[in-house]
Amino acid sequence: MSALRLLLFAVVFLHAGFSLALIETYEFRSPELEARYQMLSEELRCPKCQNQTIEDSNAPIAQDLRKLLHQQLEQGASDEEVLEYMVARYGEFVRYRPRFGGTTLLLWMAPVLLLLAGIGLLMLTLRPPSGASHKKPTELSAEEQARLATLLAQDETGNNS
Amino acid sequence: MRSRLKLFIPLVLFAILALFLFRGLGLDPKEMPSALIDQPLPEFSLPELGGASNLSRADVIGQVGLLNVWATWCVACRVEHPYLLELAGQGVPIFGLNYKDDDRGASEWLVELGNPYEFNIVDREGTLGLDLGVYGAPETYLLDAQGVIRFRHVGIVDQNVWATILQPLYQSLQAEMPVQ
Repeated sequence: MSALRLLLFAVVFLHAGFSLALIETYEFRSPELEARYQMLSEELRCPKCQNQTIEDSNAPIAQDLRKLLHQQLEQGASDEEVLEYMVARYGEFVRYRPRFGGTTLLLWMAPVLLLLAGIGLLMLTLRPPSGASHKKPTELSAEEQARLATLLAQDETGNNS
Repeated sequence: MRSRLKLFIPLVLFAILALFLFRGLGLDPKEMPSALIDQPLPEFSLPELGGASNLSRADVIGQVGLLNVWATWCVACRVEHPYLLELAGQGVPIFGLNYKDDDRGASEWLVELGNPYEFNIVDREGTLGLDLGVYGAPETYLLDAQGVIRFRHVGIVDQNVWATILQPLYQSLQAEMPVQ
């Protein structure tokens, strides 16, 4: 029994140790720097594994970028400087919130355009259709009235016979 | 008549969507244009593999050539290697950037598999790789005679890539060069 426990212990804790070793930790001069590191590493996208932030990813390039981010922050770079440095090398792609304008204009405007298109389509569908079906009923002329009376009378006689 | 035409709106929307999706089938989302296209190759000063002196930007420029990012840990580089040898045999200058690798392993690789490179820049820490925006190996940069990056290909360069993408660019860049 104790052997089993030992095994269980080993599995649980050795695994924990292993996963800790995967993501490196950095020391920061101040908690404020650490917060900015967190913020930026969640904003920067890993160029290799495209749906992960560099914070999330374990690709070698993401590790390098985290190391670089740490270095730059410790050297006193501003958020803008860090982002500009990364964009100059990896393109706007590297930011999860790319700069507004230029090639990203369509990307930024797409939600608004789609919403407007949706509203337009909705208005088009909900608008009462114009055409014959919605004309006001007009009064019958005297002639038509007379014809109607004879038709009704015919019908009546037909039914009775 | 107008309301009848409206019935075709879903069909038209579907056709447009299908067109985009069909186009998407042929696109590789991993293929990103380099941020350094039409920018000069960054300055560097790094050791030469198996050499005593440092290499710099000036050693690479002067002719139209390829800068190939490779490493011994990169499986695809091994696949690419024979074709690079073939290109070098055709007289295409290829400069190697040995990226985050171990010198001895890299030297042994070149002895064992053949050396297509004019020389190899040793980028042990990946600093030049970072300046180039390298995010994996192999990557191949096409440089013009002034040392400006004209094209970046991510992945293996093979017969197909060379013939359809790189060679036409390479030849047009060579034609731009002043005759000496």
